[in-house]
Amino acid sequence: MDHGPAVQYGPDNAAGFKTRLGLILFFFYAFVYGVFVFINTVNPVMMEQEIFAGLNLAIVYGFGLILFAVILGVIYNYVCTRKELELNTDKEGENI
Amino acid sequence: MIYAASPLAIVIFTIFVLAVLGISFYFARQTSSSKGYYTAGGTISWPVNGIAFAGDYLSAASFLGICGMIATAGYDGFLYSIGYLAGWVVALFVVAEPMKRLGKYTFTDALDSKFNSKGIQLAAGISSLVVSIFYLIPQMVGAGALVTPLLGLPHYAGVIMVGTIVIIIVATAGMKSTTYVQFLKGGLLILFSTILVFSILSKGLSRKPSDEYHEFATVKAEISSGRVISSDPSYTVVGQQRSGDLDFIKMRKNGVDRWWLVKDSGKGVYMQECLSRTKKADGSVLYNGEAKEAGKFFPVGHMSSITSGGREVDSTGPLGPFSFFSVIKDSRIVRFPETVISDNADKVTVWYQNETEGKKILRPGLKFKIDKGASTTSKLNFVSLMLSLFFGTAALPHVLIRYYTVPSPADARKSTIVAIAAIGFFYVLTLYMGIGAMVNGVLDVESSNMAAPLLAKTFGIFLFAVISAIAFATVLGTVSGLIVAASGAVARDLMSSFMGIKLSDKGMVKAGKISAVVVGGIAILLGILFRGMNVSFLVGLAFAIAASANLPAIIMILFWKKTTAAGVTASITTGMVSALGIILLSPSMYAKYGFNPADAVFPIDNPGIISIPLSFFVLIAVSLLTAKKTLPGKV
Repeated sequence: MDHGPAVQYGPDNAAGFKTRLGLILFFFYAFVYGVFVFINTVNPVMMEQEIFAGLNLAIVYGFGLILFAVILGVIYNYVCTRKELELNTDKEGENI
Repeated sequence: MIYAASPLAIVIFTIFVLAVLGISFYFARQTSSSKGYYTAGGTISWPVNGIAFAGDYLSAASFLGICGMIATAGYDGFLYSIGYLAGWVVALFVVAEPMKRLGKYTFTDALDSKFNSKGIQLAAGISSLVVSIFYLIPQMVGAGALVTPLLGLPHYAGVIMVGTIVIIIVATAGMKSTTYVQFLKGGLLILFSTILVFSILSKGLSRKPSDEYHEFATVKAEISSGRVISSDPSYTVVGQQRSGDLDFIKMRKNGVDRWWLVKDSGKGVYMQECLSRTKKADGSVLYNGEAKEAGKFFPVGHMSSITSGGREVDSTGPLGPFSFFSVIKDSRIVRFPETVISDNADKVTVWYQNETEGKKILRPGLKFKIDKGASTTSKLNFVSLMLSLFFGTAALPHVLIRYYTVPSPADARKSTIVAIAAIGFFYVLTLYMGIGAMVNGVLDVESSNMAAPLLAKTFGIFLFAVISAIAFATVLGTVSGLIVAASGAVARDLMSSFMGIKLSDKGMVKAGKISAVVVGGIAILLGILFRGMNVSFLVGLAFAIAASANLPAIIMILFWKKTTAAGVTASITTGMVSALGIILLSPSMYAKYGFNPADAVFPIDNPGIISIPLSFFVLIAVSLLTAKKTLPGKV
């Protein structure tokens, strides 16, 4: 049984760069998420603290984690797309 | 609660279901190859796939389960939203593009792309099947919960209805129809949830949620010779029971017995009206002392005091997205926790009033035992859940197969970002919907799963009908995707790859469709058995199994060159068996079996903190032990 990919894609010269960037952003987000879980676990009362506009730390941090994921995703896609265009385009400007 | 079906709700619901079936039959005519059936031919554009991802992911667990959990346990329910969303970061940054490059139809293809190993095919195929079935259970439970208020049908009828419709959908069309159903449903769910949140904010907060809301009574009491006596002579005390540190009194009025909670304010003793369900020794069940049809088993959820702008008010008028939480934080909310008491031969479930400060509602600690006095075990249980949610998303078979429906790895990446934005926005809405349900007098104490649709009902039957129909379509779509994933695991991974049964392209599609019927049948049965459990809790268990069985193998194949086929097989097997074992021997399952949860073999409900590291460890150890002995194709 053939378990290979359905489509053979051209070589992706940006693959190494994207993997490294992905891992960096993953560990960055995992750290911020880990701090959130840590505070909730050891000192949940701290989450009551008001941060701004009457919102407490729990809501600001929770909404912030959601927004942060979207922002990191957009940045990741922007950088990856630029790198793909830079590294996967031959001298005549055609995509490989 | 007694639910009466509305003709408008039935009409809108029927239109939705017919539309879903119409889409399925339309795409069925375009699907004849196995590539078309399992991956929609890899032709779906990334924006459509992104919203379809959201449609897949915003299942009954998200819409029904999370809103219900927030409505009963406040911010603790929202932690599920945060964990579910954070899991997409793992999918985007670590898994999306490599999985697209490696795989063909199922995630087993990707795992096995380097090895062609029988062990991997068997373990990954079974793992996909187990995770899909665990994920199917809550969807079916959610379907059963939905049809009761919508159509006035019993729970089991909803489960059978969903199962049958989905089997028809999947057995006719496959991934392409599932994708377009999910695209439409995901978009509509987000749109109408936004409308619902606008309605909540426009209405504002009020101490009396609606004109129909039952005013829960308080009666003064005296204590004489250790016995509680009502100050109101129309009540006669006929029983007294204790549950933990709570005292309950059974009082009779006009021949009806009801339960009251005894409270001592320091200035005097008084009693608060409760809700109760009494299972009599003869098998009959009374709701608040009467037959259910009497309609005395009231919806609950109100505020005992509202503080806005530093002063107490009866209602606030329209609120903004920030001031809504600000007012909740400064106010007091009456929740209805549950306890069980024995009254001679009767088993009585009592829901009593518990006035809770808003600031405690809006921070963790009401459901998860992490606050003062929490044990290390309960804190570990919480960390374990958050770990499983974080690592589970990227290992769910029905999420992974969606990477094969787009043309390229870059499209896989872009569709994941669309999914994160759409899902993230929806999860922000869940906190408004859940808290809105908590204070608007709509909660059915027997089932938290209906919080969001019942909240919509307070804004008119049309919104209720549309929201419920979308929720039902949510279940249909998610179940369809899961059954495609499960049938792929059976037909491709187990029958074709592992067992070596030679199937033509059409034979592969036929095997998938037969598998879909069988898996659908199993899902119907389990959906009936697990009635009443919170669907988000059940999905949390599916995440734990996926994170334990699948993710370590995916990560290590992508990033550790010494990974061997034997290591992957051992890791998947260990992760799956350990996660399943811990779940089956956990306190929640002991309660489900009818045993004392305190006697459970494992003290935690969420296995991830043990089973995920164990699965990683086994993969590394077995890979190192078999590194030089294993050659590709020889395992």
